[in-house]
Amino acid sequence: MIPGSFAYHRPTSVSEAVLLLDSLGDEARALAGGHSLIPMMKLRLASPAHLIDLGGIGELRSLREEAGEIVIGAMTTQHELIGSQLLSAKIPILSETSLLIADPQVRYLGTIGGNVANGDPGNDLPAVMICLNATYDVTGKSGPRRIAARDFYQGAYFTALEPGEIVTAIRIPVPQAGHGYAYEKLKRKIGDYATAAAAVVLSMSGGKVVACSIGLTNVAETPLWAEEAAGIIVGSTLDAATVKKAVAAAEAITAPASDARGPAIYRTKMAGVMLARALARARQRAGA
Amino acid sequence: MAKSQITLTVNGKKEEALVEPRTLLIHFLREQLNLTGPHIGCETTHCGACTIDLNGMSVKSCTMFAVQANGADIVTIEGMAAADGTLHALQEGFREMHGLQCGFCTPGMIMRAHRLLQENPSPTEEEIRFGIAGNLCRCTGYQNIVKAIQYAAAKLGGVPYREAAE
Repeated sequence: MIPGSFAYHRPTSVSEAVLLLDSLGDEARALAGGHSLIPMMKLRLASPAHLIDLGGIGELRSLREEAGEIVIGAMTTQHELIGSQLLSAKIPILSETSLLIADPQVRYLGTIGGNVANGDPGNDLPAVMICLNATYDVTGKSGPRRIAARDFYQGAYFTALEPGEIVTAIRIPVPQAGHGYAYEKLKRKIGDYATAAAAVVLSMSGGKVVACSIGLTNVAETPLWAEEAAGIIVGSTLDAATVKKAVAAAEAITAPASDARGPAIYRTKMAGVMLARALARARQRAGA
Repeated sequence: MAKSQITLTVNGKKEEALVEPRTLLIHFLREQLNLTGPHIGCETTHCGACTIDLNGMSVKSCTMFAVQANGADIVTIEGMAAADGTLHALQEGFREMHGLQCGFCTPGMIMRAHRLLQENPSPTEEEIRFGIAGNLCRCTGYQNIVKAIQYAAAKLGGVPYREAAE
């Protein structure tokens, strides 16, 4: 399997990359970790005439805390997310989720930016970003702007990015200390996309849930923010009746495809099962 | 399409070459450098037979372009044994513990296990199994591969290998 011919560009700054993307137009694709795009190119499902490798741009590889947010450069790899002490301490759901992506080799090269920007409904990090209310820093020829993860996904492989724009960083508000979290993913084998998956972040106080956010993976054309389900959970003790109601609300917003991972009805029900498990595990982990 | 000049280190040796941008790293290693240890199994990023060590990472060389490896430091299975032919502890482990049958997956398994042991010199059985999850073997059922890696971990750690009770 040999990809079509292309010209290779390796800019060393974001501004240079944006200029290239703008001047080369539709014929150009940005290359991050390459573990979605290169397989597509080998199958000739993608044949860009120009490949703009973002791997040489140092400013896209950073991980820092600033003003209540964790800011992660787009070219930070999943392996680096897993190894980060800052993330393990502040947003451990990122490490838990990254460990469920593909396999070790893929995680050494696969990036957070590629994972969230590609718009593949099977990717795991978008639902987590929606759950955490992350914001994406994007840059194009008309300059930088920010897009909320909850407004970013419009369809399968269709996002709020304009042609020529790239995601440069992911900003995540630091969740409350002592929060509970879980990412529950049902998959057929290691390396598979989710049959269904659920991300939960919640905070407890006096035995009751005081804040809750829920994201769902691969049960619609986009990752889903289960706002109503989370609203049902808030104020409850996570008793069985409330969880059942929230699961029903989450299932109601799913619209999965029937595919090799199972018929649509099964995948909807599995989204519910993953949510119930994620809520239970998040509760165990939450302080107070 | 214009070729690109790349310079990289492979198994300790400096290499300079001209490559087409679309040349995959596995094809460059096998066809231009004649390093046929890294195997082409699935070509779809699943099987791990093409795994090499690149800048301290385990990489599936079928899913990277050779131009991306410009400036990289690469180790393939050919670079594991000592110059006098003494096998690396992992190679010895695979031989002693019967960690291979047909041998097709072995170069990738050993290169992945090599990086795993660099990061975690005394992994548990579960950590080994999770760590080699990107490498498929269709012969062994993995049991003896896990033992081979345990053997190597023990040898590299300077302790005698003791097989766990069945």
